Amino acid sequence: MPGAKHIEERIRDFGKRGKVAIIPYITAFDPHRRATLEFLKYIAEAEPVLIELGFPFSDPIADGPTIQKAIVRALENRPTFEDYLQLVLSFKELFREIPLVCMTYYNILYRFGLERVVREAKKAGLDGFIIPDLPIEEADPWLKVNARSGLATVFLIAPTSTDDRVAKIARLSSGFLYYVSLTGITGAREVLPEGLDARLKVLKNLSSIPLAVGFGISKPDHVTLLKPHCDALVIGSALVQIIEREGPSAGPSLYKFLLSLKHESSNR
Amino acid sequence: MAYPNSRGYYGSYGGRFVPETLMPLLLELQAVYRKIRKDKRFWREWRSLLQEYAGRPTPLYFASNLSKALGNNLKVYLKREDLLHTGAHKLNNTIGQVLLAKKMNKSRVIAETGAGQHGVATATACALLGLKCVVYMGAKDVERQALNVFRMKLLGAEVHPVTSGTQTLKDAINEALRDWVTNVRDTFYVIGSVVGPHPYPLMVRDFQSIIGKETRSQIMKREGRLPHYVIACVGGGSNAMGIFYPFSRFREVQLIGVEAAGLGLDTDHHSATLNRGEPGVLHGMLTYLLQDKVGQIKGAHSIAPGLDYPGVGPEHAYFKDTKRAQYVAVNDKEALEGFKLLSEAEGIIPALESAHAVAYLIKIAPTLPKDSLVVINLSGRGDKDVAQVKDILEGEKKH
Repeated sequence: MPGAKHIEERIRDFGKRGKVAIIPYITAFDPHRRATLEFLKYIAEAEPVLIELGFPFSDPIADGPTIQKAIVRALENRPTFEDYLQLVLSFKELFREIPLVCMTYYNILYRFGLERVVREAKKAGLDGFIIPDLPIEEADPWLKVNARSGLATVFLIAPTSTDDRVAKIARLSSGFLYYVSLTGITGAREVLPEGLDARLKVLKNLSSIPLAVGFGISKPDHVTLLKPHCDALVIGSALVQIIEREGPSAGPSLYKFLLSLKHESSNR
Repeated sequence: MAYPNSRGYYGSYGGRFVPETLMPLLLELQAVYRKIRKDKRFWREWRSLLQEYAGRPTPLYFASNLSKALGNNLKVYLKREDLLHTGAHKLNNTIGQVLLAKKMNKSRVIAETGAGQHGVATATACALLGLKCVVYMGAKDVERQALNVFRMKLLGAEVHPVTSGTQTLKDAINEALRDWVTNVRDTFYVIGSVVGPHPYPLMVRDFQSIIGKETRSQIMKREGRLPHYVIACVGGGSNAMGIFYPFSRFREVQLIGVEAAGLGLDTDHHSATLNRGEPGVLHGMLTYLLQDKVGQIKGAHSIAPGLDYPGVGPEHAYFKDTKRAQYVAVNDKEALEGFKLLSEAEGIIPALESAHAVAYLIKIAPTLPKDSLVVINLSGRGDKDVAQVKDILEGEKKH
């Protein structure tokens, strides 16, 4: 049973069992399709709570230099959204239990056709979507099409979001809530912003679905610091940097890096 | 029904497709601007700066030589935005937005620029009004437009070359948006055309509409009637919307927007978004875009750097669908003919952008009804393009 409910239950289950819930992100087709499937297999072995798989868009305004470069590499393969769903299907045939969430910009979905996206995504076994340039004000057409699909729609909450916006976003989100830890773009940071833990405490009380935090998280220290205040942590650019460095054979390093985040943080 | 609606839609185009970080800020901007729109003091201050500092009103010039050259007893007027300070219509908007930034107590202004005209106009307004200015410009454009880069620096602005993507205007906009997401609390983003998320297309239209308002009263004074045709070039579409909008409620006035056909509409090297694009979402708005089947944005091309943009203002998309305006295209070669003809006939060297509007008139002049009254928006002067045109024309001779 894929979709929002599955994601919520799995995140909760990780919490109950005291497991560190990591959400790895990579960009599909970086550097090519076959490599992505390999990476996903290695990542799956590190037991992530779910995986965020990006579909590249030529003009990624919410992404920093690391992911921008990954997108350029991915686009050299000229991937279609059908190719992406094929990739999802291949992964899901191997790892049915790990939820897979698509992160992409709205134009890709708009162009494919919203109804077709939902229909084909369900067929492929995708569990949900994160659309960083779709704020709640513009989300009606998408939510309408998605109403009975059971797929998760994960909206983002930012440090600039006012309390009444947070309440609305929490109401419209399914699967989990994604808190953007800083005002800025994606990318690994040395130090996380001050007051982040306090803000997370407030957010956790506002929402009935799990709370994930992302943007800038790249070290075991970060994980240790944030773990008590949220239900899951998104790790993106730090993984993409490994792919940038090692190319198609980066799989084992991705696995090792994810394990080190989990172990070091749970040993402290 | 007045457009846009409260959510920034012109028919089905427009909106606010931005990351959540920016949404609260856009809502604040919208609320502030709603008040400012009715604040007579703000508009008085803006108008007086444009008059005393920038040289408004600009003349509406009867181009008798050009009219004669085109035949058919046409009467062609040129709205001389090329005579505005900094050499193009861009300053109408930047003085407005920088003034607004000041009212909102923002200490830092960012802008994007392609050819450099909007960057220069923003740097100028910031120098005038005492704000810090950062301009994002594609690395390729920085190279091609070295003089404008130097101009901006002279005016005290910082210029940041953008090396991502195609290294042109669309990537400069992406980078400016990323800066804005990062420095959202103290920074005001001055957008240069009727594009981007609501309320930008509305604000820019308001500031540029002074072109059309002046034109209307000037032509009524001179001719006692409205023009049959108003012609303007369209990249993002700010000079066109500026002159179209005040005429749009007069159904008898035909509005013609001229896009850049570049090397030809059937090649991959043009900027004719309304002629060849399809609806999609980019830079915060739903509008016509040059894109491939998957939804990846294509690079745009034009001999005129200011038309080189794969999107277009949402209100133009609306005007296209409702047929309130007609959108056509002329290619690089035709634009060069327009450039040469206006220089020779009138002693006015137009910007290559504006030369597209002239070129279209040359093309259709024989088919227009006799005695037609035509206004062309001469949005900028051509000094910036002289070196490029020299290279092209001398290159032609060698071959």
